[in-house]
Amino acid sequence: MTTRTVRRIRRPLQGAAVAAAALLALSACSSSGSDSSAKPDSSGSGKLSGEVTVFAAASLKESFTTLGERFEKKHPGTKVTFSFGGSDSLAASITGGAPADVFASASPKTMKIVTDAGDASGAPVTFVRNELEIATLPGNPHKVSSLEDLAAPDLKVVLCDKEVPCGAATQKALDAGGLKLTPVSYEQDVKAALTKVELKEADAAVVYKTDVRAAGDKVEGVRFPESADAVNDYPIALLKDAPNTEAAKAFIALVRSAEGQKVLSGAGFLKP
Amino acid sequence: MTETHPATGPSTDGLDARLVVDRGDFRLDVALTVAPGEVVALLGPNGAGKTTALRALAGLAPLSGGHLRLDGTGLDRTPPEARPVGVVFQDYLLFPHLTALDNVAFGPRCQGATKAEARAQAAQWLDRLGLAAHSGVKPRRLSGGQAQRVALARALATRPRLLLLDEPLAALDARTRLEVRARLRRHLAAFEAVAVLVTHDPLDAMVLADRLVVVEHGRVVQEGTPADIARHPRTDYIARLVGLNLYRGEADGHTVRPADGPPLTTTEVLSGPVFVAFPPSAVTLHRDRPSGSSARNLWRCEVAGLETHGDQIRADLTGELPLTADLTTVAAAELGLHPGAEVWATVKAAQTHAYPV
Amino acid sequence: MTLPADQPRAAADTLRGGPRRRSARTGVPLPLLIPALTGLAFLIVPLIALLVRTPWHSLPEQLTSADVWQALRLSLVSATAATAVCLVFGVPLAWLLARVDFPGRGLVRALVTLPLVLPPVVGGVALLMALGRNGIVGQWLDAWFGITLPFTTAGVVIAEAFVAMPFLVISVEGTLRAADPRYEEAAATLGASRFTAFRRVTLPLIAPGIAAGAVLAWARALGEFGATITFAGNFPGRTQTMPLAVYLALQSDPEAAIALSLVLLAVSIAVLAGLRDRWMRAG
Repeated sequence: MTTRTVRRIRRPLQGAAVAAAALLALSACSSSGSDSSAKPDSSGSGKLSGEVTVFAAASLKESFTTLGERFEKKHPGTKVTFSFGGSDSLAASITGGAPADVFASASPKTMKIVTDAGDASGAPVTFVRNELEIATLPGNPHKVSSLEDLAAPDLKVVLCDKEVPCGAATQKALDAGGLKLTPVSYEQDVKAALTKVELKEADAAVVYKTDVRAAGDKVEGVRFPESADAVNDYPIALLKDAPNTEAAKAFIALVRSAEGQKVLSGAGFLKP
Repeated sequence: MTETHPATGPSTDGLDARLVVDRGDFRLDVALTVAPGEVVALLGPNGAGKTTALRALAGLAPLSGGHLRLDGTGLDRTPPEARPVGVVFQDYLLFPHLTALDNVAFGPRCQGATKAEARAQAAQWLDRLGLAAHSGVKPRRLSGGQAQRVALARALATRPRLLLLDEPLAALDARTRLEVRARLRRHLAAFEAVAVLVTHDPLDAMVLADRLVVVEHGRVVQEGTPADIARHPRTDYIARLVGLNLYRGEADGHTVRPADGPPLTTTEVLSGPVFVAFPPSAVTLHRDRPSGSSARNLWRCEVAGLETHGDQIRADLTGELPLTADLTTVAAAELGLHPGAEVWATVKAAQTHAYPV
Repeated sequence: MTLPADQPRAAADTLRGGPRRRSARTGVPLPLLIPALTGLAFLIVPLIALLVRTPWHSLPEQLTSADVWQALRLSLVSATAATAVCLVFGVPLAWLLARVDFPGRGLVRALVTLPLVLPPVVGGVALLMALGRNGIVGQWLDAWFGITLPFTTAGVVIAEAFVAMPFLVISVEGTLRAADPRYEEAAATLGASRFTAFRRVTLPLIAPGIAAGAVLAWARALGEFGATITFAGNFPGRTQTMPLAVYLALQSDPEAAIALSLVLLAVSIAVLAGLRDRWMRAG
């Protein structure tokens, strides 16, 4: 059990800054893991089975994949299937009738599309928050240290389009700082924005902290104070037409448990 | 091939070629010498290699061997666009998007003339060929004969030293053919350089050409003047072309013995291998064995087939000696000819013609 | 096959009655007619659905927005420029494939058609790696000429040309193969170099095929999304073409997206119908 937990936890913490944090997470996880597994197990150890389909925002990919693997270990006979994508397109597929059990969105606004359509069962809860960071080229050659620095004329900056959550958040941060910024492109999602920096086509992008973390050493993150005004809430909800309600509830419980929160904060998310 | 003809003089003018083209199993090996002003027809059955020879002359098919000299200049390695060669293609290949005038002006234009010069030259050529009224017309609006003349004008407008014509009359219907053939003959006669035409039609060849070169299976089997070849065919193909019955055998005095068949009596006195030829019109048919006939050649035959040939009936006969005979429809009716009928055929010795192989 | 809405099903029913009578008259065999009409419905019904769901009341407002016209103008300009690029490079390439027998020709032909099967987004990433600021070719363009293509209108044209070129090459090559190469030989015997023969004889002969290929390429370029947004990004007026505007509008305002799609549809139909008329008059 212990060795298994160690093996499983190594992946999400790859590239974590401090080894102590990893150790801490390790001990925390093994204890909280038994905590959270106690609940679903007691609710019927042989009861949970079958497939759980989770629609989740693209930024959750790494942490949710880890949680999915853990869930399957805890509940043999279950299988977690993910569909990661832009929150808006996911919301559109759910309202369009896609069979899913859980929806984890990157913004309350997109979650509202689902709840307004009456497709959610119960009220969504915020399970993590994400803040913005500036992603620069490795080594930060242009010495970007603030949001204002991005306005430099020869700097190629990409932002998320205002229509998608990270773009809306960026706009909020810019407004908070009273700044105007003309990027070379408004990208269709946060990963596209990040890719432009990873490929060195752009000098900087405003993306989520989690994305900077996930990109490893291909980009360098720069924090900026205005991000505090643009923190994004991530709501999660059980869906009304969930084919596997019990397993779906258990998965949401895992995400919200201390163990789940450790994995998520390891990926750079803030607690709700 | 041992015959002498005007082109084998010491002059370097004209065409001197030995065309060797290997194409898979097929090998063309043809020697060709043509003097300026002479018109030579390459005559042969389909697949004999005539068109390949023409393409080799034009530079459209590379030579595998041999040589090609025109007016003393070697052209073996010259690309088609740099050869002083004009071609009239079988279906003319007039550029469909250009008017007759612009088709003819194409060559001069490629040779560096300005647009106005090229058109002026083209107009002259069209005028010379009696097409002035059609200069603004697109090829699809031209009749077959007109298109053929535009194609000729287009080839001539580059002032070639070698004019090639590929089946120049094949695309025409029988009626226009007669008129176009006569016209083409006049134009070719007026052409001062070398002209080589390819045809499978002996009449076209004989009317248009000064000399025939007969090609079979990639080889020259006979060459000579049309009269020469018509009188002395050397292969079955030529004999059939010129409408003669032809037999090869050993001569001994007035008698020629074919390898498999009855002896033939001739007027010539010869010995050794010879050809014997006579036209189908020299054959007389009888229902019963003629008793008082003076004919020395008498064979028993069976009618294999009958076909109308102009106002005559041509009978295809098998039996002792395979031959064809021409007779009038009246005679055919009187004889009651039908396939399978038994007849006797006679040919007077005076109407046969024997010559050494 | 299941038809999604009542209306199309009703339409299919009326069609089913009609064709049978007609087939008796004109002898169109049912095994051909039924799949043909199903295929037609399959293509037409989604477009009808788009029209049915169009927010007609808010349409005037949507369409008078300057952003729409900016995106439309950029789309038309870049698709036309991309078609020009395809013509300049694609027609000679098609000629090479059709007329010159070189080793590896089959492989080259397969490579040419590759952008057809490549997901356009992957095509966009590939273009970034080749022509991006840091790409294997792009870094020299940047170092020697100071040219960077991503995030520019030129980048849009390149991305569109990349996905549209195969349509042109395939169309033109097919026409070239069908065209009689002996016209080129005839031109050669008249003293035309291979290039002159191509320019003055082959090109006019295959003009209808080139036009057809150009229209296909243009239409493909006009609808291009994945490669464009990946390679050229998305900036209004510079790289935001109609499909990009439609996609982003779809994120928050599906009605606006439908309105934009309608404009794109109307413009394409107008242009294609106009060209078709012209060909028919010429032919």
